[in-house]
Amino acid sequence: MQQIFNFILKNSNRLLFLLLLGISLSLTIQSHSYHRSRYISSANVFTGFVYEKINNVKEYLNLREQNNQLANENAQLKKLLFNNTDSLTAGSALPKPSGIENVKVYNAKVINNTFNSKENYLTLLGGQQDGIKPDMGVVNSLGVVGIIEKTSSSYSTVQSILNVKSQINAKIKKSNHFGSLIWNGKNVGFAQLIDVPRLASVRKGDTIVTGGRSEIFPENIPIGTIDKVYIDKATNYYTLNVRLFNDMTNLGHVYVIENLKKQEIQKLEEETKNE
Amino acid sequence: MNSTFITNSLRFVVLLAIQVVIFNNIDFLGFINPYPYILFIILYPVNGSKAGLLVASFFLGLVMDMFSNSGGVHAAACVTLAYFRPTFFKFSFGVSYEYQTVKITDKLTPERFSFILIAVVTHHLVLYLLEIFRFNFIWDILLRTLLSTIFTLLLCIIIIYLIKPSKR
Repeated sequence: MQQIFNFILKNSNRLLFLLLLGISLSLTIQSHSYHRSRYISSANVFTGFVYEKINNVKEYLNLREQNNQLANENAQLKKLLFNNTDSLTAGSALPKPSGIENVKVYNAKVINNTFNSKENYLTLLGGQQDGIKPDMGVVNSLGVVGIIEKTSSSYSTVQSILNVKSQINAKIKKSNHFGSLIWNGKNVGFAQLIDVPRLASVRKGDTIVTGGRSEIFPENIPIGTIDKVYIDKATNYYTLNVRLFNDMTNLGHVYVIENLKKQEIQKLEEETKNE
Repeated sequence: MNSTFITNSLRFVVLLAIQVVIFNNIDFLGFINPYPYILFIILYPVNGSKAGLLVASFFLGLVMDMFSNSGGVHAAACVTLAYFRPTFFKFSFGVSYEYQTVKITDKLTPERFSFILIAVVTHHLVLYLLEIFRFNFIWDILLRTLLSTIFTLLLCIIIIYLIKPSKR
């Protein structure tokens, strides 16, 4: 017994080091799995508050771009409105893109944005109080931004599409061929669409939009255009380099999309699997 | 004793604040961020409590992790640096370390430079290894470590000599 105490006393620093290293490594490993550790994220009250204050200052630096973006979006919506033949039903006659009927949209503001690591996250001002829940899609007027990862009462974190763990169902707008949108961790202006069948006719400049297969994003949200086409010799699939419409390094206001039919879909799929 | 405690606590808070507010937003060339917050570990008193340093470094790293959504990467790197600090002292300063007369905030001699260099390289290597633990990114890791090390090293030296307490 004496020896054990002596050992502990003599090596107290080493043991403390190993303990702390163990904790931090387990936090690291936890963060690599799908559902990340609960406490060490920028969605908590303290970090959210600090980022909000920092963003209050930083916001002024790119007001011009933000205003341009909002004005463009307004112009597009006005175009839809004015091109209606019947002015009486102007409000309700907006053409409904397919798949958007069952969707709720929340407004949120990006208060922190990282893009210099392999696993990038955004922090949003807006959380459970505003109706934002994990696994909702995040878009802005230009295209897809990411997927909500974690929420606290008034903040939430977003797994950006510039994250090597991210995988989003997407398709070629012209031919409706599906693939998965991933990021290879290299250039912040480009993402990769993999597993596109060779049957698809792909050409440089074609538009890539979200596919209707996921319950996170509605169909036909723009993502980017094809920049380069590679052929995977082993699998006979195309790998497409996609130039993103969004400048992921400069994000202001975003929209969080809730699919109201998500639970129904998931329940149905669960029941089908169990049979 | 009491005044060193206050100095250290202040350094802890101020360095973290500067790191989060300014240095995390630099993004030089799109991916290089300096991490001068490890100055806290480098400047910790040589004869101070080792257990205290370990615990303080752990929390220093943990707060950084909260801000950068990185799990426990910074905490692990900081604790590693804090644990091996005496070894680096012995390596860089040799015998004079035994008498505990080492002062880091003094004229930049090769010994001091080598100590800061080793400390920064260790921290960054652990940090980036854990952050992108995928083998096909190995060249990327080395490049990032190298560039960030240069950047952090420069900033550390500049900060040390900018806020160097005036002699007597």
